Amino acid sequence: MQLITQGAEAHLYKTTYLSPSTPAALKIRPTKPYRHPILDRRLTRARVLQEARCLVRLVREGVNVPAVLAVDWDINNTNNNHSGAGGDVGEGVRGNGAWILMEWIEGCVVRVVIQRWERYIKSRSAAVKLQDNEIEEEEKKVKGLLRRVGAAVGALHKAGVVHGDLTTSNLILRGAEEPAAEGDGEGVSPDMQGEVVLIDFGLASQSIQDEDRAVDLYVLERAFGSTHPRTEPLFGEVLEGYRASYRGSGSVLKRLEDVRMRGRKRSMIG
Amino acid sequence: MSAPLLETIHLSHLPPSMPVHVALYRDVQNAPYLRQQLMSANAEFEYAFIDASTVISRTHLLSAVFRAVNDYMNGRLKSRNVHSEMVFSLSPATNIAESFRKFGITDSTKDLLVVKLSVTPEITHDSVAAHLGQNVEGTPVPFDDETLSKISDIAKIKKAYKLGALNTTPPNQANGTQDNGMRRLELSVLGAIALRGAT
Repeated sequence: MQLITQGAEAHLYKTTYLSPSTPAALKIRPTKPYRHPILDRRLTRARVLQEARCLVRLVREGVNVPAVLAVDWDINNTNNNHSGAGGDVGEGVRGNGAWILMEWIEGCVVRVVIQRWERYIKSRSAAVKLQDNEIEEEEKKVKGLLRRVGAAVGALHKAGVVHGDLTTSNLILRGAEEPAAEGDGEGVSPDMQGEVVLIDFGLASQSIQDEDRAVDLYVLERAFGSTHPRTEPLFGEVLEGYRASYRGSGSVLKRLEDVRMRGRKRSMIG
Repeated sequence: MSAPLLETIHLSHLPPSMPVHVALYRDVQNAPYLRQQLMSANAEFEYAFIDASTVISRTHLLSAVFRAVNDYMNGRLKSRNVHSEMVFSLSPATNIAESFRKFGITDSTKDLLVVKLSVTPEITHDSVAAHLGQNVEGTPVPFDDETLSKISDIAKIKKAYKLGALNTTPPNQANGTQDNGMRRLELSVLGAIALRGAT
């Protein structure tokens, strides 16, 4: 198993499912030794299940997310207990964490695609004076990608789920090639074909409220501004893609304006 | 009785000492006899006998097997043994008897999937093949997606997983869309299997 990335709550590995030819993503939430055992088991279990439920629902609704292949929300202490019965651990015992096995999405995160594009534009315009039509062509390409990002978020919201942590690192452009090495593929404008797939539902929840949806968009907007300063002026395309994706997007975009005024947290009182 | 086309599979993440043996039969003649052996808990017949019309694909069946074996290894079986648990694991619901009625062998079963886990070293490909060859009266066929697609009853599967609203055959659509619909159905079913019993 190959460790892909590690966050505060979980480790992500690349592994296989059923057969060695089927790649899969394994997200393990290890137990946290500093937490009380009962609380730890409950939190780990609740969070893993929350994530899995959101994903299963989205797959059913046809939204582009990795499918859930298997879940274990309470890895047993007494592993390899082949007796097959009576293995239930008591409430007070510390668990061994939990995991979700998900479909592997082959592609490249949108963050990297846009960063490569920004570098390409920068190096091109330093080398030669870019023609207006070339700039236009390039911008058209990114705008298309951004609209698809907006549409993907819209489809998510339409299905009754909010992501909770939208960034360009949590979006995969399916089929896009990952730069093999640093500086690889430099000097070519990156390919932007392919479906936009949403990943990492660790903070997701089921909600259809305008407020929650608007906060999702706001978080993405802020993340976008800090990760892709050169492309920020085009963020409006994301919102346009979102607007066109489902009924009800209009009131969310209206709410987004309120959220921009005050920030992500609704109430600062108390 | 003909020799079974028994496939022995090593599933990822399960101990190499515990391979799974799977055979698929069509036109089974003695389903009532086989079911009777299960009902009387005949130890010789500790198999998962599954009505193949309820299975979409290899992945579908093997997912249920994987879940059952994982629960077995963690000492969490809800039913009698790991083989009955495989049938139960196909079900999205927590009612064991109902899962047997829906996914298990019935007296009228014609297409049958048989699964056996090597829980002890004595259970090998050859021993399972020999026993099945003597006891299952049916035509052995390969356990692959193409054969399963001819057997599976999509309407029945959708009903069992409460996925009736899911559109698998959009009218007037290109073939690619239809494949997408089946893929979505399969992935939704895998999710339901994985989440069974989550509270």
